[in-house]
Amino acid sequence: MRTALAILTCIISASPAFASDVVNIYSFRQPFLIQPILTDFTKQTGIKTNVVFAKKGLIERVKREGKHSKADLVLTSNFSALIQLEDLNLTQSIKSDRIKNNIPASYRDSDGQWVALTKRVRNVYSSKERLGALPKLTYEDLANPQYKGQICTRSGKHPYNLGLVASMIAHHGEEKTKTWLEGVKANLARKPQGNDRAQVKAVKEGLCNLALGNSYYLGKMLQDDEQKAWAESVYINFPNQQNRGSHINVSGAVITKYAKNPDNALKLIEFMSETKAQNMYASVNMEYPVKQGVELSSLVASWGSFKEDGLALDEISKYRPLALKLIDEVKFDL
Amino acid sequence: MNFIFKLSKWQLFAWSTGLLLSAPLFFLIYESLQGDSEVFSHLWDTVLWDYITNTVLLIFGVCLLSCAIALPLGWLSAYCSFPGKKQFEWALMLPLAMPTYLIAYVYTDLLDYAGPVQIALREWFDWHSPTDYWFFDIRTLPGAIVMIALVLYPYLFLIFKTALREQSFKLVQASQLMGLSPWQSFFKVSIVLSRGSIVAALALISMETMADYATVSYFAVSTLTTAVYDTWFGYYSLTAAAKISGVMLLLLFLALMAERFSRRNQAVFERQSGVNSESLYKLKGKHAWLATSFCSVILLIAFIIPMLVLLNYAITYFDKAWNTAFFSYAWQSLKVAITVSVISIILATLIVFYQRVAKQGYSLIPGRLASTGYALPGTVLAIAVLLPLTVLENSINAALESYNLDIGLLLTGSIITIIVAYLVRFYAIAHGAIESSFVRISPSLDMASQSMGKSQGQTLRLVHLPLLRRGLLTAALLVFIECMKELPAALLLRPFDFESLATHVFQYVSDEQLELASISALFIVLVGLIPLYFINRSMEQRS
Repeated sequence: MRTALAILTCIISASPAFASDVVNIYSFRQPFLIQPILTDFTKQTGIKTNVVFAKKGLIERVKREGKHSKADLVLTSNFSALIQLEDLNLTQSIKSDRIKNNIPASYRDSDGQWVALTKRVRNVYSSKERLGALPKLTYEDLANPQYKGQICTRSGKHPYNLGLVASMIAHHGEEKTKTWLEGVKANLARKPQGNDRAQVKAVKEGLCNLALGNSYYLGKMLQDDEQKAWAESVYINFPNQQNRGSHINVSGAVITKYAKNPDNALKLIEFMSETKAQNMYASVNMEYPVKQGVELSSLVASWGSFKEDGLALDEISKYRPLALKLIDEVKFDL
Repeated sequence: MNFIFKLSKWQLFAWSTGLLLSAPLFFLIYESLQGDSEVFSHLWDTVLWDYITNTVLLIFGVCLLSCAIALPLGWLSAYCSFPGKKQFEWALMLPLAMPTYLIAYVYTDLLDYAGPVQIALREWFDWHSPTDYWFFDIRTLPGAIVMIALVLYPYLFLIFKTALREQSFKLVQASQLMGLSPWQSFFKVSIVLSRGSIVAALALISMETMADYATVSYFAVSTLTTAVYDTWFGYYSLTAAAKISGVMLLLLFLALMAERFSRRNQAVFERQSGVNSESLYKLKGKHAWLATSFCSVILLIAFIIPMLVLLNYAITYFDKAWNTAFFSYAWQSLKVAITVSVISIILATLIVFYQRVAKQGYSLIPGRLASTGYALPGTVLAIAVLLPLTVLENSINAALESYNLDIGLLLTGSIITIIVAYLVRFYAIAHGAIESSFVRISPSLDMASQSMGKSQGQTLRLVHLPLLRRGLLTAALLVFIECMKELPAALLLRPFDFESLATHVFQYVSDEQLELASISALFIVLVGLIPLYFINRSMEQRS
């Protein structure tokens, strides 16, 4: 018993001291995606980075930790998390001319509470063999009965799909969006499941002809020897090019309200907005940089230029709860 | 006078531990009462009933399938001899070391439309599209039932086997003399006598199933847990999420109490050590062959195939998947798992002992209270643990403010939170395993010990603990393995320097790239095997 207690004390007291030149990050993005950029940041500035990664609940954790929270920075993988952090009053203003110069105003909060760091398009992949490229495709077309039994997607409740549905509400209103959702559901080849990669895999295997998916997944699959064949079986289509443009989601960052190292956090965001880091995002993760003029990876560039849906992110975000409600109402996932 | 004083000492301990371990729940319930019922009523009008049906079917299916697998296995390994029995006896516990999300991932990869099995079938039979043939869809409710049961059946197997071993052998022999066939003795004697243990194991299995999120979400099966996550992360309403969790817990608590009530007049005690080295039934010919193949098939499906797939990934992706930090991840996993299993068996032994000496209906409450955390989905539990701890920290900090002191996040910023969360979550396992061993010790031993002037503490130490050794080992083993596999709470609550094997695996699994984490996934399983080996050896030495 006494030994057990001794061991216990030993284990518990082993938490490390925190150096002053450090920035502590809560990340919704997998560490292996951002590590190259963080390593480079440490090399240049000498500021060490600590990361806690989780997919769910980090915002609640920051909220509960309150003013003692050790998190200086939260990195998110979609815009609704950014806006939720702002709404919960967990952020502080990011004041930096460098960031203002690097990131266009449409990808920053007007009040400076958050900034976007990369863009991802909600694409529709089509089977090369069975459908060919569909340059005129719209999101609205996905409800068209001609695609009955041909569409694959991940859960309707995933933030990427919620974002898309919210943007549909913003453009068409609740009633029309519900009808659209019912149409898409009727066209599904199978119950929504898996992630975006799994949908492309299903197209390759002939289970469906169309799949919703973010742009960077295609690039990542092409880099993987085992998955290359899946990616090569599809065309990437940018929907709604004839009218409003394709739906965009972003990854981004906030500095927490009670950050202990706000200057370091700011330095990191500035670093991430610069050409070099933006380039790394583009080449390693196959995402679209937010900074104007940064070169795309040759692969991403080969997909061609496209028109973006210009709707403001906080405008879309307003409709997110309604989007979720509609998805429940049409039982999209069931 | 002396007697009353001693009783109140146990009482104080049991109730305070029970209340402490259930504090997160009370905070969650408090949270759920904070108004905002709009989201809840919307769910009620739309999808909640589908979720409830799915949840009930899932739990029922997993329990049924676990019984179908584990009860025959338990009986075979306790009473029969057949080729390979010794190896099977411990090998059949191995699936415990396999996290559900891994096995679900592996089988989906193998069996879904784009997987190698169906591709091969299509090539052989020249099928071209999904309409040409029928193949069961693994990403369904039945698929989820099979996956979860394959990982959870060892609970029942282990607890049932221990119960059979501790039962007097003579009862089965007597039933034989009275003309019962082996099957009849199995159903009429062994199952009936072990009912308490079986129910305890099924309660654990139900709770674990109820809390599962990884598998059902991967299989796109919507359950109440899905509803909890949707309301929390979709509607941003922790309140509504807490409400749904509250309903889940209430149902569970009532079920446990009802089960206990139905058994209120039953008691089965062992009068002698029941373990015999001789097996009761020596299976020969067809029967022996059947027994061996049943065990082999279960082992193959639940353990060997998934391990081979993981190994295959590990070899193919070795360059990308190898990481020298594995040993430090393994150490992080190990130290938490050891700490939690030691503390939880100490707490559970003392609480169950209190139940025994108090002999009152209400004395069951502390153990039941402390056990409810097991049914909470991991991320909800994590937040539920944060609620009281942050309140505590904040009030300490507020009190120290005038002295210009600040403990910051001493608790929630360190590994302590994870340990607390695991205790809250896994106490139920230790309690279940220890309780089912404890009830088989005849009260006449307590009386004898008391009449010889031993205090209750001495009775516990000198009489009970030696008899409980196997139950304690089983409990520690189960808790240890669960801690190794646990993911959502560790992920959310960890301090900055904490990376365990499970959290490392998750960053890849969450991107559906298990291949890249295959080596650490193998590590989780292998580290889990170490205690299995020692426990098994200790069991063999005693028998």
